[in-house]
Amino acid sequence: MRAFLKLLFRNGLAAMGAVVLAAILILVLITPLLPLQNPDSTATADRFQKPFSEGHPLGTDHLGRDLLSRLLHGTRLSLAVGIAAALIAATIGSAIGIIAGYFGGRTDNIIMRGVDMLMAFPYILLALAIVAALGPGLMNALIAVAAVNVPFFARNIRGITVGLAGREFIDAARLAGMGHTRIILTELLPNVLPVIIIAMSTTVGWMILETAGLSFLGLGSQPPQADLGSMLGEARSALISHPHTSVVPGIMIFLIVMSINLLGDGVRDALDPRLRSGALSRASATTLVDRKSDIPAATDDLLAIQELETQFHVGKRNYRAVGGVSLAVKPGECLGVIGESGSGKSVTALSVMGLVASPPGVITGGAVRFQGEDLIGTPYETLRQKRGDRVAYIFQDPLSTMHPLYRVGQQLAEAIRSHHRISKVDARARAIQLLKDVRIPNAESRVDNFPHEMSGGMRQRVGIAMALANEPEVIIADEPTTALDVTVQAQILSLLDDLRRDRGLAIIFITHDFGVVAQLCDRVAVMYAGRIVEEGPTQAVLGAPAHPYTKRLIACVPELGGGRRELAAIPGLPPVVDDLPPGCAFATRCDKAQEACQAGDVALKGAAPRAVRCLYPEEAV
Amino acid sequence: MPALKVENLAKTFPLKKPLFGPAPPGVRAVRPMSFKVETGETLGVVGESGCGKSTLARMLVGLLEPSEGRIEIEGRALDNADPAEFGKLIQYVFQDPQSSLNPRKTIRQVMEAPLKRLHGLGRTKRDSRISEIFASVNLREEFLDRYPHEFSGGQAQRIGIARALAASPRIIILDEPVSALDVSVQAQVLNLLAGLKAQFGLTYLFITHDLAVVEAVSDRIVVLYFGAVVEIGRAESIFANPRHPYTKLLADSAPVVGRPLTAPEQRGSELPDPLNPPPGCAFAGRCPRATDLCRAQVPELKDMGEDQLAACHHPLQD
Repeated sequence: MRAFLKLLFRNGLAAMGAVVLAAILILVLITPLLPLQNPDSTATADRFQKPFSEGHPLGTDHLGRDLLSRLLHGTRLSLAVGIAAALIAATIGSAIGIIAGYFGGRTDNIIMRGVDMLMAFPYILLALAIVAALGPGLMNALIAVAAVNVPFFARNIRGITVGLAGREFIDAARLAGMGHTRIILTELLPNVLPVIIIAMSTTVGWMILETAGLSFLGLGSQPPQADLGSMLGEARSALISHPHTSVVPGIMIFLIVMSINLLGDGVRDALDPRLRSGALSRASATTLVDRKSDIPAATDDLLAIQELETQFHVGKRNYRAVGGVSLAVKPGECLGVIGESGSGKSVTALSVMGLVASPPGVITGGAVRFQGEDLIGTPYETLRQKRGDRVAYIFQDPLSTMHPLYRVGQQLAEAIRSHHRISKVDARARAIQLLKDVRIPNAESRVDNFPHEMSGGMRQRVGIAMALANEPEVIIADEPTTALDVTVQAQILSLLDDLRRDRGLAIIFITHDFGVVAQLCDRVAVMYAGRIVEEGPTQAVLGAPAHPYTKRLIACVPELGGGRRELAAIPGLPPVVDDLPPGCAFATRCDKAQEACQAGDVALKGAAPRAVRCLYPEEAV
Repeated sequence: MPALKVENLAKTFPLKKPLFGPAPPGVRAVRPMSFKVETGETLGVVGESGCGKSTLARMLVGLLEPSEGRIEIEGRALDNADPAEFGKLIQYVFQDPQSSLNPRKTIRQVMEAPLKRLHGLGRTKRDSRISEIFASVNLREEFLDRYPHEFSGGQAQRIGIARALAASPRIIILDEPVSALDVSVQAQVLNLLAGLKAQFGLTYLFITHDLAVVEAVSDRIVVLYFGAVVEIGRAESIFANPRHPYTKLLADSAPVVGRPLTAPEQRGSELPDPLNPPPGCAFAGRCPRATDLCRAQVPELKDMGEDQLAACHHPLQD
């Protein structure tokens, strides 16, 4: 709650809205206690007094009634009606939406078509019709405004519920023996409630306006009772001669609706989980760089990551995702990077081309050298020219990396044309050739497919084709086969293997699968808690692992052909990288750990190309 | 008496009837299949995405009504697809441990639901039962008052397993229980499951796409392809001596340390289209041994000796 308020008041406009609204609310709450004149007592002799006249700070209306008193009482009524209408509409609409969304099928169809019919009428006409049927009066206006807004809530909440009803925890609740009513009340409702509140906070303003509209037309509050709409309506005839009678309630309506809308938007932004995680704060085009340490000297590798440090600064916390990683590849070489989730392998890969989202990501040290040139801190345009052209990426899920509304051929052509000036026809021919290169059958017809028309394996081939489009020197593949079936994975791996042998591509292959590393990679680096703990030729690392973590991780993975067996598990969990222990990060889970392991930094050492970061390695390297 | 017996169980998802013309035949997600699981056995179910594994699992726990066929648990037929009725006999552990827990409920509320709804236990009995279960899945009781987002994947999956155990079921369906977990945690959960099975005398149906995992935990394995059983056999021999060419393709595709990288399948093979299924064997389009017979006639599941059955007109020999 405190965090929510803090977030809300960081938004200046929302804070302003909250202050104005609070002031109005306090005023109308204490209205009965204030020494005001009777809002309904007429004095025709004093009609149309100007504001600031004696005894009438805001003047009087056409019957000589005190405007200040009428304004405060009217605001009180308008707010009460608006909020009551919002509550009624939210309750009924949400109930309809949840029921339709949860049961689905025919129930959903019947309910939602009914709601659609309600929406087919212009809302003011519908409200007029309801009031005409029930007769004028504030209560009937309230019913009309609430009824008109029911579809808005029903549709919103139904959409959210449909998404939630398919979630596994609803299935789990059914398996736990819960009935429909209980599931709706205890499983769905708590998850839908924030959305209802958001929808309500953004519509209260509307409802106040609509009630005022009906009163303006004489269908809401009846004389002599004052609400903001009827005050405006009564002042209409004197709009030119005595403008203050309409300006006063007009300003009040403006202030109320404006402050509610600003506050409502603020509430929505503060409650929305996506906004809270900063997803909509626009990331800069390259990762921020803030290097304090010295920049390592150039080497003759094709791509060299040197002492790279990447951190995430979230609030007061510093997540050291990558803590000094050095890797290098030569042309035609495949380097495997293996690690569990949170080990920093993906952040390392994204740091190469400055693709880590900033904020919160910051590169705080080291260098990434492509053909000797340091890429970190280079201007965006230089980096953009190299992205996809010299260094290309293949990501895990091709469905989420491809644009769903463009044909794959167009996307391939775009990838080429953003780096090379060629005609559309040539780009299309090149796209077809690329699809053939990645062995997509019927490339000429497949080029016009949308991503959703292809199978997962086909999409990943397109992903690879896109990476190959500009004949890069280096491809960074981040778990490219994890989402694929084994038979498809085998095809993709052999495709990547052929490509690097035929074209001399350097591949950095990120994975958590030892089998894949063993089959594809020449060298492998094992990462744990943001650092490399062991590296070397694949056969040597997998055959005789030197770091206890590597050895035990390999033992965890069942191997096909081993039969039924007890697996060797590693107890405990990987450390969180915002609070790393001094020394070896694995020491708390390691059965060989001694005091020295946690005393100070452990260096990565050994005879090249083998190296291990351990004081008591399993094998001498 | 087998713990679970399935006879001709099938599920067809109807397709929308077009405005004009007759309704299309529907997608046959699970074709009629029959198998038995003995008490105390772990039956592995492997297959690639879209083979009907999850549809099968959801039918077995009553979340989905079968189009035809029957399910028997310990000799009792379960004809009504009512999860509350199924819940006491058969439970489900979900693939994604986080999304199977309501983000706005404490773990205690999650754990209490099956005890209250299925077994009608009173407050003190519930508390002691929860402590018992938490001890057996190695979770600390202080976790009970926390919310799901505070847990790592491995811990959340233990909570999912604890919830399934709370219903005191005879059979647990494990739907890819470790594929969302890191390898080091995966082994912890697999070993825990093996221990619980011995402790409570459970029967498991273990669904996964990972051949090495399924081989390590199962007694027998069923291989599914395109909604049908293509091979059943003992875990230790089915991948070493596959009779069905698809099982062999799976076994050859799995990345294994020390085996050179090969693409075991010819390029350009297309998967069968569920909206327009082939008339004969669904695998014929990808199979190097396919003949005209395969393309015309659906093969039946036949005994291949050594407790192995395969649905193939031209089974592989040793």
